[in-house]
Amino acid sequence: MMTSRNHIMEQVYTVEAGNFVLAGEASGQIKKVLKQLGVDSNIVRRVTVAAYEAEMNMVIHSVGGELILKVTPERITVTARDRGPGIPDIGLAMQEGYSTAPEIARELGFGAGMGLPNIKRCADSLNMQSKVGEGTILEAYFDIKAR
Amino acid sequence: MEKYYHSVTLDKEKCRGCTNCIKRCPTEAIRVREGKARIIGERCIDCGECIRVCPYHAKIALTDPLASIQKFPYKIALPAPALYGQFRNVSINAILTGLLKLGFDEVFEVARGADYVTEFVNEAIKDPKRKKPIISSACPAIVRLIQVRFPELIDNIINIESPMEIAARLAKEEFCRKMGVKEKDVGAFFITPCAAKMTSIRNPIGIDRSWVDGAISILEIYGPLYNQISRLEDDEVLLQKASPHGILWANSGGESSALDMDNYLAVDGIQNVIRVLEEIEDEKLTDLEFFEGLACTGGCVGGPLVFENGFVAKNRIRKLSEQAKGRHLSREEVVDAKEKIQWYFEKPILPKPVMKLDDDITLAMKKMEAIERIYEGLPGLDCGSCGSPSCRTHAEDIVRGYASEMDSVFKLREKVKELAQQMIELSEKIPGGKTSNNGK
Ligand SMILES: Nc1ncnc2c1ncn2[C@@H]1O[C@H](COP(=O)(O)OP(=O)(O)O)[C@@H](O)[C@H]1O
Ligand code: SF4
Ligand SMILES: [Mg+2]
Repeated sequence: MMTSRNHIMEQVYTVEAGNFVLAGEASGQIKKVLKQLGVDSNIVRRVTVAAYEAEMNMVIHSVGGELILKVTPERITVTARDRGPGIPDIGLAMQEGYSTAPEIARELGFGAGMGLPNIKRCADSLNMQSKVGEGTILEAYFDIKAR
Repeated sequence: MEKYYHSVTLDKEKCRGCTNCIKRCPTEAIRVREGKARIIGERCIDCGECIRVCPYHAKIALTDPLASIQKFPYKIALPAPALYGQFRNVSINAILTGLLKLGFDEVFEVARGADYVTEFVNEAIKDPKRKKPIISSACPAIVRLIQVRFPELIDNIINIESPMEIAARLAKEEFCRKMGVKEKDVGAFFITPCAAKMTSIRNPIGIDRSWVDGAISILEIYGPLYNQISRLEDDEVLLQKASPHGILWANSGGESSALDMDNYLAVDGIQNVIRVLEEIEDEKLTDLEFFEGLACTGGCVGGPLVFENGFVAKNRIRKLSEQAKGRHLSREEVVDAKEKIQWYFEKPILPKPVMKLDDDITLAMKKMEAIERIYEGLPGLDCGSCGSPSCRTHAEDIVRGYASEMDSVFKLREKVKELAQQMIELSEKIPGGKTSNNGK
């Protein structure tokens, strides 16, 4: 789905919990869109890495949600919004190596506890809010600087 | 050179405008317009997928005819290692001797050039400042693929010349010195398995001018060369010098296995390479040190211009490599070569972001929106009948101005329906039509 008004473009992708067949598809689409928009390749890479991590976190840790790409000529925003279960301690979750990933995710090579730190490293700024029982919203911002 | 020189071209007479090639092109560079295929020059990477897939042999590779070597007083043959896999029960030495009998004054194995490249790469890998994984520059189709589709990975491409260039430079340098002749009188000809190499001679990347003067396809030279080989006497001079490793470069994984490390990935077949490059770009393969990607299945043995079945050739190369008599390069030889020739790229590799919709992001966003709108009205069958590879690219083509909405049979059908309806309405308004008589 896509809407665009007054130089804002928004795309919304549904992310299913536990679906490893579709996992990575939303961030893959985001990468394609940004390349077509001619966004600097370094920014495309950072956005894609962050979007992928956020998408995988929703697949592995949440009950499902959506990944939203918003583009303006100045800024790209990737929002991951899920419907639960929420993160009790965001500070702890942000720590490198911290993970509550279940065994099946670890067997697939996930759960190194580097996802959130990676998002932080890639994004120009990051905003995260969570309420246990309600859900998590993560917003990663990327500036499109004129080079 | 010409801005978009390409070896891969269309034989218009033979093209029937089917949609086989447009669907297989990895850079979506082909369209069918007015019943004939058309290659978009700035997108084509000369990988040769369309040559392989065209049932009518309408996609061809322009290479130099064997007779073109006569333009030079002295001629050097530079056989790709893939040539060695083309003949049954024929030694490498016999193949090299056969080339001399065909009229070449000298042969220099590109496999020997590969031995040098291996040493140069081994040194480069040790540099901790290099972006990892280092990506091989051996296959020009992959280098071009990266320019077009993965510009972020350009800095990962190793800035070392290909075995073909190294071989040409060393061969010419040696020949001129030994024979006391001028370089302009010596022509070096690559015996090529592919169109991509031909293109990189005419329109090189990373250098201003190639040292190779022409490329003769393996397919073309196969017959005459076989003729010579079958008439050879036993007492051949020993010409084979490349090491077993250099010869293995014909196969996928050959380049990597010669390196001083095992943290590498060797992938063949352009679609497979694309999949892995996506992962490298997304930082999913962070512990990888070296990536070898070859456009053709099995490696150069599977090139579009080879004679023998690539799988058979691959196996032969493996055996020939085991029997190869050539030795590894000495430290002195490597140092000496570095002094004598230009062995690394002189110029940066530039991105070719042909996929982007506009230089101005605001306009690009507008175009993207228009594409989305058009796309929603298309059936999503990706049937190719509009001449574009998919409904999505058709929508893109319309927005980019490459196509008209009426190229789609579905849109045309809608339009015809609409027109038919308008005609009925019109006829009803004409005096004497149904309306005017209606019940009166
Ligand atoms: N969307 C989410 N919903 C619930 N918990 C999450 C979510 N994202 C991250 N977490 C929690 O934060 C931890 C750290 O996440 P991350 O750094 O991505 O590492 P990993 O995914 O490897 O566990 C996770 O193990 C999980 O407990
Ligand atoms: S794999 Fe070898 S034969 Fe195929 S395009 Fe690349 S260089 Fe040419
Ligand atoms: Mg994670």
